[in-house]
Amino acid sequence: MSEDRLSRVFAALADPTRRDIVARLSVGDATVGQLAAPYNVSIQAVSKHLKVLEDAGLVTRSQDAQRRPRHLEADVFDLMTAWIERYRRQAEERYRRLDAVLASMDDESKPIINKGAAS
Amino acid sequence: MSTNATHQTTTPETKIEADPNLPTIRIIRDFDAPPDKVFRAWIEPELVAQWLGPKSTEMKIDQWDARTGGNYRYAALQDGEEVAAFYGSFHEVRPNERLVQTFTWEGMPDGVSLETMTFEDLGDGRTRTIGLSVVENLEGRDAIMASGMEVGVYEGYEKLDALLANG
Repeated sequence: MSEDRLSRVFAALADPTRRDIVARLSVGDATVGQLAAPYNVSIQAVSKHLKVLEDAGLVTRSQDAQRRPRHLEADVFDLMTAWIERYRRQAEERYRRLDAVLASMDDESKPIINKGAAS
Repeated sequence: MSTNATHQTTTPETKIEADPNLPTIRIIRDFDAPPDKVFRAWIEPELVAQWLGPKSTEMKIDQWDARTGGNYRYAALQDGEEVAAFYGSFHEVRPNERLVQTFTWEGMPDGVSLETMTFEDLGDGRTRTIGLSVVENLEGRDAIMASGMEVGVYEGYEKLDALLANG
């Protein structure tokens, strides 16, 4: 996945309703009406969410002209991999700050309670 | 699924494992400091405040009693305003070895995870920390994975994109 595409995918998925739509489409294709059913929102609102997902390349419309069921394009495994990678990078950023804290603890040469550290 | 040594990234230090069948996240990271020191950085509030919160926010610790049976609450401040707050209990504080906490984001008060941090002495003044988070179900786990994106929104996508670009 290119950087640009990844950014659009993340932006599209930064909304819980859209993540939920993706989760439902990962089970099978569904029409806008079917997707709207569990929410207290209008078909138009769901259509807007679908538009964002379509622009990100995550969702397409099937050929069936009458129902136009939506189809999930992205491999959910790819999405999870991307989520994990971003999550990992955030953890790494946090731990780099901890690296710095540990280094500064050296500088301050605070007494460290050593319990039987004979090694 | 998990990321491991074969996963192509330029910053391989932190490893994340998200089991496809269990609602868990495991975070593994080695530090260039002995266990007692790493442990202190995890439980002394003035040290914790320097690294735990999201990058662009200031961490305000309201309550911090890092003893077995103690509790904590802290908030992330942005421009002096509280943007997120978290609380939980210290289930077990076993010096230099093990830290077990509950963790709740106040924005989702019914959600609680169990966080077990293990500090492994690697010798030569190095420590491996293994953090295991257990949540209620797979959906909750995936939402936590994805929630980093919302943090990303208020940290500014540019910074994260720059990181991705460097990757």
